[in-house]
Amino acid sequence: MSGRLEVMKTYKLYINGAFPRTESGRSYEITSNKGEFLANACLASRKDLRDAVVAARAAQPGWAKATAFNRGQIMYRIAEMLEGRSDQFAQEISLQTGASAKESLQEVSDSVDLLVWYAGWSDKLPSLAGSTNPVSGPFYNFTVPEALGVVGAIAPIDKPLLGFVATVAPILVSGNTAVALASSTAPLSAISFAEVVATSDLPNGVLNILSGQQSELAPWFASHMDIDGLDISGLPIDQHGAIKEAGVENLKRISAFTKTTEPGRILAFMEAKTVWHPIGN
Amino acid sequence: MNFEYAAAPESRSVVKIDPEYGHFINGKWVNGSSHFNTINPATEEVLSRIALGTAADVDAAVKAARNTFDKSWSKLSGRERGKYLFRIARIMQERAREFAVLETLDNGKPIRESRDVDVPLSAAHFFYHAGWADKLEYAGVDTTTAPHGVVGQIIPWNFPLLMLAWKVAPALATGNTVVLKPAETTSLTALLFAQVCQQAGLPDGVVNIVTGDGSTGSAIVNHPGIDKIAFTGSTEVGKLIARAVAPTNKSLTLELGGKGANIVFGDAAIDETVEGIVNGIFFNQGHVCCAGSRLILQESIADEVLEKLKRRMDKIRVGDPLDKNTDLGAINSAEQLAKIRELTAAGEAEGAGRWSSNCALPENGFWFAPTIFTGVTQAHRIAREEIFGPVLSVLTFRTPAEAIEKANNTPFGLSAGIWSEKGSNILWATQQLRAGVIWANTFNKFDPASPFGGYKESGWGREGGRHGLSAYLKGSAK
Repeated sequence: MSGRLEVMKTYKLYINGAFPRTESGRSYEITSNKGEFLANACLASRKDLRDAVVAARAAQPGWAKATAFNRGQIMYRIAEMLEGRSDQFAQEISLQTGASAKESLQEVSDSVDLLVWYAGWSDKLPSLAGSTNPVSGPFYNFTVPEALGVVGAIAPIDKPLLGFVATVAPILVSGNTAVALASSTAPLSAISFAEVVATSDLPNGVLNILSGQQSELAPWFASHMDIDGLDISGLPIDQHGAIKEAGVENLKRISAFTKTTEPGRILAFMEAKTVWHPIGN
Repeated sequence: MNFEYAAAPESRSVVKIDPEYGHFINGKWVNGSSHFNTINPATEEVLSRIALGTAADVDAAVKAARNTFDKSWSKLSGRERGKYLFRIARIMQERAREFAVLETLDNGKPIRESRDVDVPLSAAHFFYHAGWADKLEYAGVDTTTAPHGVVGQIIPWNFPLLMLAWKVAPALATGNTVVLKPAETTSLTALLFAQVCQQAGLPDGVVNIVTGDGSTGSAIVNHPGIDKIAFTGSTEVGKLIARAVAPTNKSLTLELGGKGANIVFGDAAIDETVEGIVNGIFFNQGHVCCAGSRLILQESIADEVLEKLKRRMDKIRVGDPLDKNTDLGAINSAEQLAKIRELTAAGEAEGAGRWSSNCALPENGFWFAPTIFTGVTQAHRIAREEIFGPVLSVLTFRTPAEAIEKANNTPFGLSAGIWSEKGSNILWATQQLRAGVIWANTFNKFDPASPFGGYKESGWGREGGRHGLSAYLKGSAK
């Protein structure tokens, strides 16, 4: 045999800006659509989820305090970093899903464009979704949308990159921090996306990425008392009821979406705050 | 100085109360199968007998609402719909005195408040939403113009007519039909509102009112023919409803409990602040989900504020709600009074210092003197649980960061107050507080144009303003 042996990547979790293995020591095999071995992904546990929430909670006030301009720039930077690695991402998508090279490249460019689209909303949506309110009295009254806090995200199983980006970008752009579960069957794109994020000036802990089984982790996302909102777009519809029920204990804001470009995806994870102040001297 | 006030009672002759009421379904009065008493909480006098709505009554109301929605209401133009709401607003203004007296009789709140707050705000709510009916395409980012269909609405006893207006006005403006259940102890103004709907010529079945208790509410929540539920009440019941609705396709909005922090910074204008504290906790006997029930004082001014607050509290006139001089009326029910007593007893048992104003309480009816607790810690039940009565828990702080930390240390997030003369400090605190409504140098102000609703366990969604409308439009984001 001649030639060199390929150096394969170890796919790990992404928590608080670092790439730890799961604390559980568990892994599961990711294969191509033809059944060939691709990687051993981390099978994240409830404890990994809790660690990720701690990181996301700690990072949230700082990220929300960053100016909208700054958040938009960082989101755009993620798009730049992704664009530069298009071929690698396309190849990884094809390996996992069997999509043609052309289809996979399209998914990557769609993901880049979607990041750019959401990046641009950071300093515009608050002026559209907020209001000054003409109350009957000598008061100045206004409503501003604010980030919700820590938001969980269950990314779709198919479209391992585009589905993931469509889920996390609208959560992050308003100042939320996120804990996201990658596609259970094709998690490699999301884990590689962590490498993009890690080189994009996104502060540590703002986006945390887990790989593992939806069936194991989704109920823990739903019942975690320090997760304020949850995007369940990636969960089969027949599971939405049980997850919503489990989320009631802290009245978690739970939503699911079908469109990728939708300002409602941002607003679903924001709160409206109304402020009154008297006018007079 | 001692002020003596002659009694100045509002006449109750303006309002006629039937000895017994049925439900208002499909524009007609329908007899109830069984009844319960509704009493005046200030005297315990029985005012009338209210029908206890059964699952069959709810079903009839839902069928009427569905039929009207399908056959006519959803086909009516927004402009015509709006005109019905304008009519309702006008008739409520015309019959304002009747509504005010009836509300005070049934609820126990001072006539000054029902006359100057509840009733005019209710009419204003219909007037505001009337104008939205033909402008829904401008209602927001990513909103639709499609109504849900039949909306089930369950409202509390603290602002019976106003909560009805908050629910019914946006539902109708957006083209939904309604099945509404007023609170068990305060059904009368809702039943008078049914007469307003008749006078306005509102098509039969657009507004249906089924009276009853928790079992009636449960029948509404679980009825498969209802597309959306809107509830105002306790966080405990709100969670029960959320669990019941979770596996269904029903949409849900919730306005729940609160434990509002009212923060006073060292630079606040003390006299105005004291008035604001009183308004924040003693307005409506403290039966207010957004009450400023946790007073958080900067240490430097704590003694001065407390001294002036006690002096001011001794001037609060407690008594006959129909008397135009009365500041603090009756507690709404024996059950609520028991809850207030239980929590205040816990406050004393846990070591907080209790002080109540020196006022005479009437012999009959349900009464509680304005009360404050000092030396309260964040672990005390009276700092964590909603008392929903005229009871204020006082905590102190040294640094602004500590004030915010304490204010946000609650699962609730409905309201907060800030008292400071420094603009940048107010805006800073406003940003830090996790609450849906922030009153700075004021408290307990409401307006139909101003969105109202909570963060965290205080609820889902907003009511009022452009933001409140989207809850009644299908698939709309905020």
